Amino acid sequence: MSRVLVGVKRVIDYAVKIRVKPDHSGVVTDGVKHSMNPFCEIAVEEAVKLKEKKFIKEVVAVSCGPTQVTETIRTALAMGCDRGIHVEVSGKDYEAMGPLQIAKIFAALAKKEEASLVILGKQAIDDDCNQTGQMTAALLDWPQGTFASEVTIDGEKVKVVREIDGGLETIKISMPAVLTADLRLNTPRYATLPNIMKAKKKKIANMKPADLGVDMVSRVEVLRVDEPPTRLAGVKVETVDDLVAKLKANGTI
Amino acid sequence: MNINRLIALSKSVQFGKILTSNARHATKEVTLPNRTIRTHARNLAYAKDLFLGKVNKAECFPYPEIGNEELEEINSFVAPVEKFFTEEVDSKRIDHEAKIPPETLNGLKELGLFGIQVPEEYGGLGLSNTMYARLGEIISLDGSIAVTLAAHQAIGLKGILIAGSEEQKAKYLPKLASGEHVAAFCLTEPGSGSDAASIQTKATLSEDRKTYLLNGSKIWISNGGFADLMTVFARTEVVGEDGVKKDKITAFIVERAFGGITSGKPEDKLGIRGSNTCEVSFDNCPVPVENVIGEVGGGFKVAMNILNSGRFSMGSAGSGMIKKLIEMTAEYAGSRKQFGKNLSEFGMIQEKFAVMAQNAFVMESMAYLTAGMMDRPGVPDCSLEAAMVKVFSSEGGWICVSEALQVLGGLGYTKNYPYERYLRDCRILLIFEVSRTQCSISPFNNRDPCGSIQGAYGAGRWVASGLSKATLWFLFHYFRLSGISAYA
Repeated sequence: MSRVLVGVKRVIDYAVKIRVKPDHSGVVTDGVKHSMNPFCEIAVEEAVKLKEKKFIKEVVAVSCGPTQVTETIRTALAMGCDRGIHVEVSGKDYEAMGPLQIAKIFAALAKKEEASLVILGKQAIDDDCNQTGQMTAALLDWPQGTFASEVTIDGEKVKVVREIDGGLETIKISMPAVLTADLRLNTPRYATLPNIMKAKKKKIANMKPADLGVDMVSRVEVLRVDEPPTRLAGVKVETVDDLVAKLKANGTI
Repeated sequence: MNINRLIALSKSVQFGKILTSNARHATKEVTLPNRTIRTHARNLAYAKDLFLGKVNKAECFPYPEIGNEELEEINSFVAPVEKFFTEEVDSKRIDHEAKIPPETLNGLKELGLFGIQVPEEYGGLGLSNTMYARLGEIISLDGSIAVTLAAHQAIGLKGILIAGSEEQKAKYLPKLASGEHVAAFCLTEPGSGSDAASIQTKATLSEDRKTYLLNGSKIWISNGGFADLMTVFARTEVVGEDGVKKDKITAFIVERAFGGITSGKPEDKLGIRGSNTCEVSFDNCPVPVENVIGEVGGGFKVAMNILNSGRFSMGSAGSGMIKKLIEMTAEYAGSRKQFGKNLSEFGMIQEKFAVMAQNAFVMESMAYLTAGMMDRPGVPDCSLEAAMVKVFSSEGGWICVSEALQVLGGLGYTKNYPYERYLRDCRILLIFEVSRTQCSISPFNNRDPCGSIQGAYGAGRWVASGLSKATLWFLFHYFRLSGISAYA
């Protein structure tokens, strides 16, 4: 019987139209609707399912960021997690926060909480990094099952079906391990209102990265953020020869 | 033993008993429910007092604000409900098939939306009126679902909630809150719509005085086709204090399982087509006497209180709908070009948005002010305020949906866009739960069908009571001669 850490990230809601800040330093986040990263929802659902099947005993939801992330942790609690951990990061540290810092935090927490599994979403829909899970596994020197579309616990091992470019790959890794959830792993449940009310009584612990011995200094500096160029109208050609000629002319082939 | 010592001893035992009994009561834990359901009351009526020339400033100023904790709680509820409605509710299909799919209904039950105001100890969410209004804003995105839920909890089970005994609450509320049983409200009859006090359904007491036999039929009953539990109003013979037998209205909790209940076929309606509306007939339906809500003969008051307690949410539902319409229409007006300009640059289009924004603002303000008043301790009488919310919201909603449809022109008229459905769905607001025509005249009516409102009638009576007959005669003819019609 074991403990699972699930990472949840508070991101701009997928339905919102993103706008770049006038100074091109980032995107507008003030007053914009935020919600849990969809892949993190799938990760939480998988962890709760494993608990319901009695493979694991406790699910701990973890999020890093300013006070607002507690809303995201509460949603995870309402979906069935037992308790939450809020790692406080704000201001400049929060803006510069990236997969490496998060991975360090999760690695430290996994050791501290003696977790058997760390389940994360495969990537966040705001930065699309797809690195945190892999980095966490590397820092812990644990096996990893990324892009998981099916997870089965088999004694001390985990069977993971991974979605890869060529199709599906099935691997068996020993616990403790890091898993990252892909789209088809499951369909997340709705946090029902009665569960939200019950979740209010669940505990969320507070801590700072320094408490875990993690330095938040970023090795990456964002120079500029731009919108993608507006789509230009296409050009119609009469024959295939014309097409080839045009493609050669603008250097495509 | 010395007799004095005996007396002293017995006295000290008495004193000791009093002391310990106090201590016993002091240690008994009194757990107050998180939020209590308010019933009607006598004091603190803001709008009613306006008719009497009194301004109860404390009721309105400052505008009732909810605490931060409650605000956070509401915000955490709003997100999952919104998510459910955008992802799982196919309003077009519901309207087309005139049915709410069972999966959608189950989703709503699991979300907990069938027992929003039922106290937590009975399995509900126990939310306040303000929170109920806030959730109503989102639920109004689909008219059929909004009406089905409202018929179940705003009127169907409200009677048990506000006037039921502890046994009735414990017996019926848990299953109603989870949605296992659905409720309906049966008052209207073919011959009694606005004139609710004239209903003819009879409940006759059996020989052994243990059962009432219900006979009669009700129409326009929302959820009537599948409701497991109904709040039914019928005439019962009551012997008055003067010994005269009268037929007074009594409220009953009637389970479909009692037998003798038939539901007619669903009405084919203009709007809210997904909501089941039908005729319900009672043929010697046996109802145990324990199922009387409140007192025998006190049913009319129960009915009015039920209707008054839920009416304010129409304001927030209307404003939620209008805000959604503004969002959709603005997107269109900002992209559609005619005469070389965006529609949004034309004055008349801008005016339509102004009208919609005004209405949404006013409806929201009225609804939350009334909800805030009702949430305050002291159980104020908000029947007149609720009536005002209903009149304004129903009219405002109808006008605003029309304006929004107009902005889209021909597109708005087609079924490809939801505007025509919103238009058809909101037409009912002017009709049900006491028609708008009746609601606006009732303050001036001593037979107030729109709640226990005394309003101007009360004011008139108050004036009359303080003046002599001669003065009254003089005043009456003075006004008549000067061409001013007095309403008293």
